Amino acid sequence: MAVLMALPIGMVVWFSLQNNVITNASPQFVGLEHYLEIFADAQFHAALKNTAVFVLASVAAHLVIGLAFAMLLNTRLLPHWVKTIFRTIFVLPWLLTVAIVAVLWRLILNPNGVFNYLLVSTGLIDAPREWLADPNLALFAVVLINIWCGYPFFMISLLAGLQGISADLYEAASVDGAGPIRAFFSITIPQLRPIIISMTLLDLIWTSHQFTLIWMTTGGGPLDRTELLSTYTYKLAFSQYMFSAASASAVVVLVISAVLAFAYVRHQRARD
Amino acid sequence: MNSAVRHDRWRKQTHVMVAALGVVALAAGCGSGGGSEEGGDVTIEFMQWWEPELPDGEFAALIEQFEEENPGIDVELLSGPYASIKDQVIAGSASGTMPDVLGLDGAWVHDFATQGSIADLSAAMSDAGYDDSQLAAQVQVDGATRMIPVVNFAYPMFVNNSLLEQAGVEVPTTWSEFQSAAQAVVDSGSGASGFVAALGLEKPNGINIDILPWTWASGGTMLSEDGGPAVNNEDVTATIEFIKEMWDAGVIAPGGLTMAEQDKVEEFTNERVAMMVSSLAHINLIRENNPELDFSVVPLPVQDGYTGESGVRYASWGIGMSANTEHPEESWKLIEFLMSEGANGQLSALANGFPGNANVTPDFTESDPLFEDAFNIWQAGYPVSEFTGLPLADELMRVFDEELQQVLAEDKPIDEALGNIQTEWEGSF
Repeated sequence: MAVLMALPIGMVVWFSLQNNVITNASPQFVGLEHYLEIFADAQFHAALKNTAVFVLASVAAHLVIGLAFAMLLNTRLLPHWVKTIFRTIFVLPWLLTVAIVAVLWRLILNPNGVFNYLLVSTGLIDAPREWLADPNLALFAVVLINIWCGYPFFMISLLAGLQGISADLYEAASVDGAGPIRAFFSITIPQLRPIIISMTLLDLIWTSHQFTLIWMTTGGGPLDRTELLSTYTYKLAFSQYMFSAASASAVVVLVISAVLAFAYVRHQRARD
Repeated sequence: MNSAVRHDRWRKQTHVMVAALGVVALAAGCGSGGGSEEGGDVTIEFMQWWEPELPDGEFAALIEQFEEENPGIDVELLSGPYASIKDQVIAGSASGTMPDVLGLDGAWVHDFATQGSIADLSAAMSDAGYDDSQLAAQVQVDGATRMIPVVNFAYPMFVNNSLLEQAGVEVPTTWSEFQSAAQAVVDSGSGASGFVAALGLEKPNGINIDILPWTWASGGTMLSEDGGPAVNNEDVTATIEFIKEMWDAGVIAPGGLTMAEQDKVEEFTNERVAMMVSSLAHINLIRENNPELDFSVVPLPVQDGYTGESGVRYASWGIGMSANTEHPEESWKLIEFLMSEGANGQLSALANGFPGNANVTPDFTESDPLFEDAFNIWQAGYPVSEFTGLPLADELMRVFDEELQQVLAEDKPIDEALGNIQTEWEGSF
């Protein structure tokens, strides 16, 4: 455990406190210089802001869509075979690796792609848009892709939770005159609350680490509109060879993740 | 001593041993880079991206030939796509576990040389008594050769003949003719764009392939006489103005700001653009994916009024040697073999590139006729690859790309953008 976890983390923290580590045979201790450097960097601010928008929008949509589809799959209004088809379709995005998702959506969102064709032919837009290359649309586009590939995990977990809610509760509510909306907010949501909190915290951690999808669709561009902390860190290390500054950026991500992980562990303990 | 204390001590000793074993195993795993010696034979590692880009089995056959000619030397090929090789080489450079011999891109050379991770090939050639006059080019840093180009790929302009014919225009030879031709293609109703530039930031080499070749073709440069940055000079400014005019006129294919090189080739292959600047290495790919496509390779148009020689942008499969190799003699033998007339001619023919050995004449008898056209363009001009050997070359391109994107998408003044690039570049040089 010490070798696999503490050692790499300790090395990254140590690297972040030295100057020109790795590319310099005799690095020197510079304290918090690299942290001050990246905190003053406009690119870092843009990456931080984009990461916040990307993560919050993705997680919120994962939750809402995941819950909606889970309820659809749990309803008694649809026949079993229809629900089986829906379940298969809904879970499909989860089966694809991120690289495949990126390639697939690059094709779909291409100015000559299916998405533009559908929107233009239905009259929703008047001309094809550059979804991934337009500075005003790119972040929206990558959030859309991330929502598509991430909601099934919420859906499956919430479906399991929904199936565990006793039907007696809904019957009792019905007897007391509660309608479906009241039952949703007074029974479904409170019963699912522990799962929702756990899933949300886990999704916040995972989504904040998203790198491959961004790198393979936009590379952090156009301009800096889809630059996330992950791509910012990668560029510092592998494009500029500033491994110490990259380590400092990685430590910032680590701290954010650690806060979320702490909240998750605390919540799990409270549940137990 | 009671049993509980003994048990506790035994547990502690076991934990210490397991931890120590873990550290030793990790150290052994991390330190496994480079070649080895087994039973008297020397095994050297050769990491490159070339094998996957060549016909199946051809590169391995060439290496087998080397092994037969050099008994006692085994070569272990470590092959992968270009992007993954780059990351692995950087990681190997950082951790001191580089392979003995490695494929290099000119854009990496300065950084690896200053990190001390690639060997001085001038010394290796001198030690081996090698006559370097047969080498077409050598990439040097501080006067020492660090990379030898093995195969060179020219980047002429690719033209879709059908789209130009449909638009009623001839192949352009000047910038103004090019703009008119691109506009005519867009106006022809074919649905195609006139030109495509792949300016994605994932790999910002579009600056090197689609933008600055226009400067070089007209005899311009982005460098000062002493090799420093001069990116805000008249040559580059004129190029950016030219690109911006086409962008604003809507003749450049949409989606370029996040497009990668392969996307650009796909756009051309599928007849969605009429003209592009691309590597000769893509001719086979285009033929394979769209056998019906009627296209030519032509010289890149020059600035109106320019009558001098044109610079032809090229890229290379370069080769270098790890500074830490335990088998420098064997590693050099492999490099020497790949640069020999026989092997180099064979390799460049397989790769559809131009040989790195100056004594080899390309054999076009079995090649696509377009290669001969390209060779004529290559010989009529002079080779240019200004990013080769520059410090942080990829980062220089990225800085340029980010500013260019602002010029194109947000109408940032060109002078201001080039001024910013110049300032950033001066900090890197």
